[in-house]
Formats: sequence, C-alpha cells, structure tokens
Amino acid sequence: MANKSVWSDNRFWRRTATWVTGFASVLLIWLTFDTSAQIAMGNDQDLQNKVTKRVPGPTVINYKITYEMSAKRGHEIPVIGEKEKFFGRDDYSEEEAGALLHLGKLGSQAKNCMDCHTLLGNGAYYAPDLTKAWLDPAWGPDGAMQALTGKNTKEEAMAEFLMHPDQYPTHARMMPDLGITAKEAKGLVAFLKHMSSIDTNGFPRNFGKIKGAVHGK
Amino acid sequence: MASKYLTGVGSESKQLATWYFTFAAILFGAQLLFGLVAAIQYVMPGFLYGVLDFSIARIIHINALVVWMVFAMFGSVYWLLPDETGIETVGIKIGKLLFWIFAAAIVVVVLVYLFIQVGPADATTIWFITEGREYIEAPRWADWGIVVVALGFVGNLFLTGMKGEQTGIVTVLMADMIAFAGLYLAGMFFTDNISVDQYWWWWVIHLWVEATWEVFVGAIAAYGLITMIGAHRKVVEMWLWIEVAMLFGSGILGLGHHYFWIGTPEYWWEIGALFSALEPLPLVAMFIHVLYDWGKTQGGEEARGNNVSVINNKPAFTWFVLNAFGNFLGAGIWGFFHTLPQVNLYTHGTQFTSAHGHLAFFGAYATILVGMMYIAVQGTNGIKIMKNTKASIWAVSLIVSGVVGMTVALTIAGYVQVLVSRAQMGATWAGYFDGQSGMWFSQAMDWRLIMGVVTFTGFIFLAKDLLTTGKNPVHER
Repeated sequence: MANKSVWSDNRFWRRTATWVTGFASVLLIWLTFDTSAQIAMGNDQDLQNKVTKRVPGPTVINYKITYEMSAKRGHEIPVIGEKEKFFGRDDYSEEEAGALLHLGKLGSQAKNCMDCHTLLGNGAYYAPDLTKAWLDPAWGPDGAMQALTGKNTKEEAMAEFLMHPDQYPTHARMMPDLGITAKEAKGLVAFLKHMSSIDTNGFPRNFGKIKGAVHGK
Repeated sequence: MASKYLTGVGSESKQLATWYFTFAAILFGAQLLFGLVAAIQYVMPGFLYGVLDFSIARIIHINALVVWMVFAMFGSVYWLLPDETGIETVGIKIGKLLFWIFAAAIVVVVLVYLFIQVGPADATTIWFITEGREYIEAPRWADWGIVVVALGFVGNLFLTGMKGEQTGIVTVLMADMIAFAGLYLAGMFFTDNISVDQYWWWWVIHLWVEATWEVFVGAIAAYGLITMIGAHRKVVEMWLWIEVAMLFGSGILGLGHHYFWIGTPEYWWEIGALFSALEPLPLVAMFIHVLYDWGKTQGGEEARGNNVSVINNKPAFTWFVLNAFGNFLGAGIWGFFHTLPQVNLYTHGTQFTSAHGHLAFFGAYATILVGMMYIAVQGTNGIKIMKNTKASIWAVSLIVSGVVGMTVALTIAGYVQVLVSRAQMGATWAGYFDGQSGMWFSQAMDWRLIMGVVTFTGFIFLAKDLLTTGKNPVHER
C-alpha cells in the first residue's frame, strides 16, 4: 500500500463520489427552501398593497396585466395595473378566484394541454406557447380572434374558442374539440390570465412587442 | 474470456430479466409507431384528427419511451445481479409477480389513453384517466402501482446485494436505484401553482434523465466492459466511481437549467449555466473510458500474439460503443447547444429541445439497453462468442441513420422557429404559425418523417434479429 498512489485507489474515488453527491444534494435542498418561499402564491392583500410576488394570488384576474420592459432587470416583467373586468366583474373574492384557478389548472391537466402546447415553455411544440397567451395581441381589440368568434372581450373570445376550437381554424393544424364546458373554459381562461402574471425572468422575449413584425400589424 | 458471466441458463433472475426485455422491446415498437403518427400529423394535420389527435399520439410516444426504458433497466439489473453477487436474486418470486402487475397496469393505462383520452376538469380525471403532466401522464392510481413495483424491485436489489458479494457496480446500482425510485414521489401531487408544479416535476424528469439514469448507464457500461471484453474490474470500477462523482456533481445542480423561466428566481441562471455546462464532461469521460478499455484489452492480447477480437458479443458491444458516442453527442453536445440562459431564452420550448431529446434518449439510453438485450440473448442461448448477422447490421445502420437524420431535421426546424417565431416575431400566436409555415420548417418536418420511417424499418430488423439470432449457427458455442 505504501507506494501506491491515492489517485488510483478505488476507495478514494468512492469517498469522493459520496462527498460530491452529498454536497450537491444539500445545496439543492437549501436552494429549494429559498425558491419555494419565493414562488409561493401571493394573496389578495399583496395585490391591494402592491406587493410584487413572483406568482401573484388568484385575484390577479381582477386587474389589468401588461408585460413591460424593466430597465433595472434588463428584460420584460409582468406589471399588474388598475382594475379590469373579467367576464363582467372585477370584484372576485379570494375564494371565487381561487376556485376558478383551481378549475382551470385541473382542466389544463385533464385535457392534456401540455401534449400540444408549451406552458412556461415546457410541453409539446405542436401548438403555440401559452405562457403569455392572455397578452397575445391576437385576442386583443385589434386582433383577429374577437371578430372571428363574434365576442367583445378577450376572455369571452378565448372561452368561445376553447369550447369550439374546430369551428375557428387559424391554421391547417387545428385544435380538436376536447369537450370543454363553459364553466371549464372560464376556469381555463382564469388560469391563462393568472399564468401571464407570473414573473418568468423575461421569457418569452419581446412578447407581442414587435410592431410590424406580424404581417405588418 | 469472461465465461463465468455467461451462465444465463438456469437462473430465475435471468429468466425474469428476459421477460422485462421482451416487454420493453414491444413497448419500444409502440413508441416508434406512435412517434410516426405524430410525425405524420406535422406533415398532414388532418391525419386521424379527432380520432387519435397529436396530444394522444405524443403521450403514448413519450410514455412508451419512458416505460420501455424503465422495464429494460429493471431487466438489466435482474440480469446482472447473479453475476455480480454470485447468488440467485432474493425475492425472485415476488419479482415475477410484480412484473405481471406492472405489465398489466401499463396495458390498462395505454388503453385508457387511447380510448378515453381526456376527462372533465376534476380529480377523477387525475386519478383514473390522465394527470396531464408531460412524461408522467399516468393517472394517480398507476403512480401508486409504480411505487409498489419499484419498492419491490429496490427491495430485491438491496436484499441480494447485502446477502451476496457486493461489488462496486452493485453498490452504485443500490444507491442509484433507491434515488431513482424515491424521486418519482416528487411528481405525485396536484397544485394550483404551476411554478411549484413545474419545480417538482423537474425533480422527477431531470434528476432521472440527467442524474440517476446516467449513473445507471455508467454501471451498465462497467458491467458490459467486464463481461464482453474481459476488462479489468478494478480499473472499470475506479472509473465508475469517478463517473458517479462527475455525473452527480454536475447533474444534480444542473437541474437549474430548467429553472430559468418557470417563475423561479434569477440566481438559477448562474447555477444552471455553470453546472449544466459541466454536464458533458462525465459523458466525455465515459466515452474515453469505453474506447480506452477496449483498446487496452485488445492491445494487450495482440502484444501476446493473439490476433483475435477480445469481444465475445459483437452486436451488444456495437450498441455499447454507440452508447459512448451517442451519450456524448446527444446528451452532451446537443444539450450544451442550448443550455446557457442567453441562448435558452430563444430556444426554450422549440424543436431544438425535441432534436436534443431524440438524440439524447437514443444515444444515452436506447443504445445501451438494446445492448443489454443482446447480452441476454447470448446468455440464454449459451453462446460463447456472438457474431453480427445481416439483420443485426441492418438494424444498427438503419436505426442510427434514422435517429441522426431526425435529429438534424429537428435541429433545422428548431433554428427556423428560434429565428422566425422567437427572435423576429416575439413568440406570439401569429409568430408561432408563421414559423411553422416556413419552407425550411416544413421541409425539415418532411425529412423527420422520412427518417422516422427509416428508424422504424431498422426496428423491424432489430426485432427479427433479437428473436432469431439466438438459434443462428454462426455463433461459437
């Protein structure tokens, strides 16, 4: 043993592997505590007091959301503005909004949304990313979708599309009819509006900001 | 050379391994078939529209992939345990029972995917139809079934490892498999907070594919080098420990590259960039190690004047060497391409990821698991030196060309998406479809389909070879 190098000793490498793995795991667990606190959902109080949360509370659906360039952070961040009607109301209570979000999140899983779309960039690539779908100009007053669905608001147009996607083709690749009910559609739109308020560190970049890029619009 | 490792006949553990391999191969075929359906739908969107939509084809495509690999991994462990420990696997009866439960559960889950597809937005759908979470869509009841089966498997591995001889390979597998099984629990809860959802979901997906599965591959490669070319155990196991240190050292915190854009804090940019940039290093090490040991053993024989190949299983060794290349290229290089946040901001959620996924899963896992299937064919048929057949060569050539072809096609499609949909048009709905309609994108998708057909043809040769080569008189017995 005396003249054998430690570098060719299996025990040395086994211990190295154990220590490295242990150290990395402990660091990950520590970071997980910090991240979990930072991504815990906020509540209505935060929104009223203008406390910025990475994941705002469900009552964020009572407010107007935009996606603005932050000079300090060097990328766009969601900005929660004044009150905005959502299906005709801007006074959803914490319970009501929470129930809508719950229904929408469940719906997003029950209909396998992620196996065509990406949410927060994860999922399949057969259909558009939905991270900021709520802010997509296509659904806004100048976009095509309100006129196409015959609705006057963004949320109603989205809900109508979700219920009857096969009636409003926007591309040869059509979304199939997934049997989404009116109630589920409302939940799903609430889920999408909530998701657009999540601080995603500037992803997707330049979302909906490039004027003239899309067919001169 | 390493003939004591080839006593496949008469071991119940090895018999169970062959069941796992057989079911894995069937699911591999299903994976490719449903992948073809999805590939056709990119080219002809009306194909099976409303009957078997893209989402369903894709669920089966990726779930069959994950499950066949898990089956083949369990099979590999049951195969090597008697060789490594010197005893028959403890609890083999339970192991066999669990196999049938596992297989039956998979069949039920697939039938529900195919014929029920989606459900109402309530908990019953999550429990009985789909959880709708990519890769682990299996409903909650099946999750619990998987937990029970995995516990039984890990229990057998531990009991056997502790009772018999505990080699370095078995020690690594014991530590690795308990982490592998335990991580599944992180994907078994529901939350309204999608950022929290994705945070833990990646614990399952990333810490499987970029940590525990890679370590598993290291252990299997070590076993293969010892059994197939008679590499020196001490050297192989020393490298295995170095690989474990490098894989876990980079892979565990490399998890950060999935936390750039899901609502998690910005410090993950630095952590994810640093550690995931290190992730290719162990894959280079594994590549060097396999080729080095091969050259060293062969060179040693030649120095003694023996001009014969040291490889006692040509087709299996071919797949193992492909693993060394494929893991490095698919997981290492194609992963590194888009792992830095500055690049990933534009590539995240595009066909780029898909290109990486195809080459990485194939290169890192499919190759070595197919290699293990050939080792099992050799063992169960008492073959001393197993040779390539026409079918085995066709299988390798077609599958490799097909997968590489798909990867190149998807990479080009990814570039179009990054440039047109993301950089130029800001990722909107309209921008997305403008990218998809581009000529380069649609031509890439045509090529992907053609290369998918090539891959599937190769699979037919592979299935034929695995079924028939055992009785082929060309091998030395």
